[in-house]
Amino acid sequence: MLHIKDLHVTVEDREILKGLSLDIGPGEVHAIMGPNGSGKSTLSHVLAGREGYRITAGEVVFRDRPMLDLEPEERANLGLFLAFQYPVEIAGVTMNTFLRTAVNALRKHRGEPELDPLQFVKLLRSKTKALGISDEMLKRPVNVGFSGGEKKRNEVLQMALLEPALAVLDETDSGLDIDALKIVADGVNALRGPDRSVLVITHYQRLLNYIVPDHVHVLAGGRIVRSGGQELAHELEAKGYADIIAAAA
Amino acid sequence: MAIMAARADAPHGTAPAPFLAGFADTPPDLPGAGRPWVEALRAQGLETFARLGVPTRKVEAWKYTDLRRLSKLSLAPAPVLTDGVPAGLDTLLAATGESHRVVFVNGWLRPDLSRLGGLPAGVRLGGLAALIEADDPLVAERLGRAVPEASDAEPRPFLALNAALMQDGYVLALDAGAVVDRPIHVVFWTEPGGVPAACFPRHLLVAGANSRATVVEHHGGADDTPCLTVAAYEAAVDPGAKLRHYRLQREGAQAVHLSHVLASVAADAAYESFVLTLGGALTRNEGAAILAGRNADLHLNGAYMVAGDAVVDNTTVIDHAEPDGRSREVFRGVLDDKARGVFQGRIQVRRGAQRTDGYQLSQAMLLSPGAEADNKPELEIFADDVKCSHGATAGEIDHDALFYLRSRGIAEDVARALLIEAFIAETIDEIADEPVREQFLGAVRAWLIAHGERIPT
Repeated sequence: MLHIKDLHVTVEDREILKGLSLDIGPGEVHAIMGPNGSGKSTLSHVLAGREGYRITAGEVVFRDRPMLDLEPEERANLGLFLAFQYPVEIAGVTMNTFLRTAVNALRKHRGEPELDPLQFVKLLRSKTKALGISDEMLKRPVNVGFSGGEKKRNEVLQMALLEPALAVLDETDSGLDIDALKIVADGVNALRGPDRSVLVITHYQRLLNYIVPDHVHVLAGGRIVRSGGQELAHELEAKGYADIIAAAA
Repeated sequence: MAIMAARADAPHGTAPAPFLAGFADTPPDLPGAGRPWVEALRAQGLETFARLGVPTRKVEAWKYTDLRRLSKLSLAPAPVLTDGVPAGLDTLLAATGESHRVVFVNGWLRPDLSRLGGLPAGVRLGGLAALIEADDPLVAERLGRAVPEASDAEPRPFLALNAALMQDGYVLALDAGAVVDRPIHVVFWTEPGGVPAACFPRHLLVAGANSRATVVEHHGGADDTPCLTVAAYEAAVDPGAKLRHYRLQREGAQAVHLSHVLASVAADAAYESFVLTLGGALTRNEGAAILAGRNADLHLNGAYMVAGDAVVDNTTVIDHAEPDGRSREVFRGVLDDKARGVFQGRIQVRRGAQRTDGYQLSQAMLLSPGAEADNKPELEIFADDVKCSHGATAGEIDHDALFYLRSRGIAEDVARALLIEAFIAETIDEIADEPVREQFLGAVRAWLIAHGERIPT
């Protein structure tokens, strides 16, 4: 599904990722854990194609397609989805318009007919209920005035509508209380399947109680210093990052 | 005629505006000749204009807007076209639906294209020139005096020039309690016909106590020839009345449009103005509104989208003269290429105007490094119990928002169009009248499409 090989990335002449390699197979859930400043957000941004990052070495192949030369929208159309740590507020664009434009862009890319407003509302309704998203929320501008929990649920709603092959969750647990965390996790788990993969990027182990990973990696100093199964997350929670990173060094 | 004789005798012995030389050669047939009350207004206007002259950028109020493109022109009176529908005007006419309609071509009323009948009792709608010639008592009493409080606050050379050369325009007079449910559409078209021209429309709106009306103006014109429009409006909104005044400016590519709205809002009355500028080479909309009674409500809003080397200037003065007034002013613009946006907004709160609530916001989105926006907010507050806030920004399209949309598979150009439209649509939302809001949004989308943006369906 996703192959990252020896990825080096600099931001404003500072090297943030220093030879990161990662392989995610179809249907697998991977978690990348790391302390602040380890390069977690840089990785998610580089995968989604945000500008401002210079890739100095390495390669990323997504669904057998070298991905680094693709525009953000091309990556999305190929099946990559980034759930933002800080979802962006877009004044003046209603949720409804935004979501329909995104869904139709994807359908067009796949050669499927675009949905008219009525057809779209039907699709939307089928997804919003489980996520506790009200019709009133859909009339509001994208993320404007949303609580932290509402913003994250909105990210999962988009994921549910776009049905990506690979979902990258960037600190999706930050700012969520336990109820919101469960709703978000249920939404992600509902999407899991033999052909869909998930990459959970997080500081804390908490989310991984609900989205149970097959593989856990520790990111420190711009590269993965240790990999293991779910037990590694618990070890991190118990011992903290310092010991694990020191042991790996 | 009198006006031209007065010109020759102007204090400096020169024509007050060289670009109007054509007016001396072929003087227009202006209404009111031989009527002392009209000639007095013209003489005063001419005297003021001659004294003030065409402003240069050294004049504070014109610091950001350069009129040099005007001085290169030699303008004749816009021709009187009594029949035919110029190409382009038909589209504007279609936009008025079945509603009441007043149509002006080159500043002169076209009765054949207008629909003045069927108005409710207590409502008068007509052309200024005819009413002047008929010595209409309301026009004789109010013209040039409908908004006395604001008329001398600021030197306005082109307002004076309009008084000197005013030709025709619409007069809307609502008796106390009169209500017009359907919007009144006013259409302006300029068709110089190959010779650079100028016209000087003058409008009078008098809303009697507790009356209600909505006016929607549509401005357009031919692209092939420069045309100067110097327009002036006087709007008197009496106690308890509500007047909505919307303008859609889609002038020709070489049009210079200088408008002045003077409004007076009495106790418990409301005046709402929105001007959407989507064309023209140079547009300056001056607004001066006084909240002249207690608990008056003023909305002075607008939006603009221009490209090339167009200039759009919105310069306003809001005068809170009495207590408990509310004013809200929101202007937003999109500027591409080397276009320039100017916003100058002064809010003054007089000593006695306690509990004034004022809000002002001016924002510009720059689509190109060559575009420029100048903002000059000014607050002058002499009362101690007031709430006034203002903000001004100018910047590029929001890159974070753009990336967010693209990361959801939306192509960059579509995402860009979505954000530009949203930026202006938020301002259009200020329009209280829903059908007008829809119509103006449609005009915004049409501008984006004509501009080559990819609007999502």
